Amino acid sequence: MPVPLAGRSDADIVTALRAGDERTFAALVDGYSPTLIRVAMAYVPSRAVAEEVVQETWLAVMRGLDGFEGRSSLKTWVIRILTNLALRGGAREGRSVPFSSLEAEGPSVEADRFLPAGHDRWPGHWVLAPAAWPTPDEGLLAGETRAVIVEAIDALPAAQRIVITLRDIGGWPSEDVSDALGISAGNQRVLLHRARTKVRAAIERYHGAVQDLRPLMDRVTPEPPGGTARKSR
Amino acid sequence: MSAPSDTRETACRDIAEHATGYLDGALPPSENRRFRIHLSRCPFCTAYVEQMRTVSSALGGLSGEPLAPARRAELVAAFRGLGL
Repeated sequence: MPVPLAGRSDADIVTALRAGDERTFAALVDGYSPTLIRVAMAYVPSRAVAEEVVQETWLAVMRGLDGFEGRSSLKTWVIRILTNLALRGGAREGRSVPFSSLEAEGPSVEADRFLPAGHDRWPGHWVLAPAAWPTPDEGLLAGETRAVIVEAIDALPAAQRIVITLRDIGGWPSEDVSDALGISAGNQRVLLHRARTKVRAAIERYHGAVQDLRPLMDRVTPEPPGGTARKSR
Repeated sequence: MSAPSDTRETACRDIAEHATGYLDGALPPSENRRFRIHLSRCPFCTAYVEQMRTVSSALGGLSGEPLAPARRAELVAAFRGLGL
């Protein structure tokens, strides 16, 4: 049986691996592989090829153990090996992932969900505001919304898919993600934000959870519907 | 007197655009303050930010499929074969 990795430091894990501790190796493979497979799938055309890349990654990790100096975290090191192998191309046509072409995308939430910036009373206020979701938070992955979420993630551009996979699915801290992918903290956050925005929007669409505030706004009220965003004096 | 940037109201649109920075605790202090003031008054933005938080935490439960057993077995055998 693999031993759990939780709570063990990188140094401890690496020492165990160098000593040939098979259970630690198995635990590492079991713990990281699901995330690694998801990341690899952003680079290669199929699940089978992704698994192949992950297997090669682990082989490279075990051969490279002596060279691991601990300057980055263990998982950052593993991800770098994975992305290098995935990109090596050859027969499997690994495709490069652009991490920086963000400007062309515009705002993350559609502009027509807000009043224009020049609106005389409530500039930039919601017009099509978010409404509550019928599912309790913990039920999001239980019912049909699970498929909605998975589909939304699969449809993301590769860079966004990788970042949300590492941050939200894998639970990695932001520093590890920017370090592993060689991108700035800000860039990492923009990619994560766009990814989360699209997943949230997919759940919203599925539930039809949008409230149109225009009927409320058409009434003459001193306050906007939510009681905020009044232009300051 | 506070700086002009502190008295300018934050629009809902800006809240939606910076929700992830807010949840990450990555906003500069003055912006973070404006963000919180806006949230304290705006149920729509509060709902929006909560939904973003919910998405983030729900994804933690989306564990992927493990490596195929045959590949895993090959790896463990290869590790053993290293004779470390």
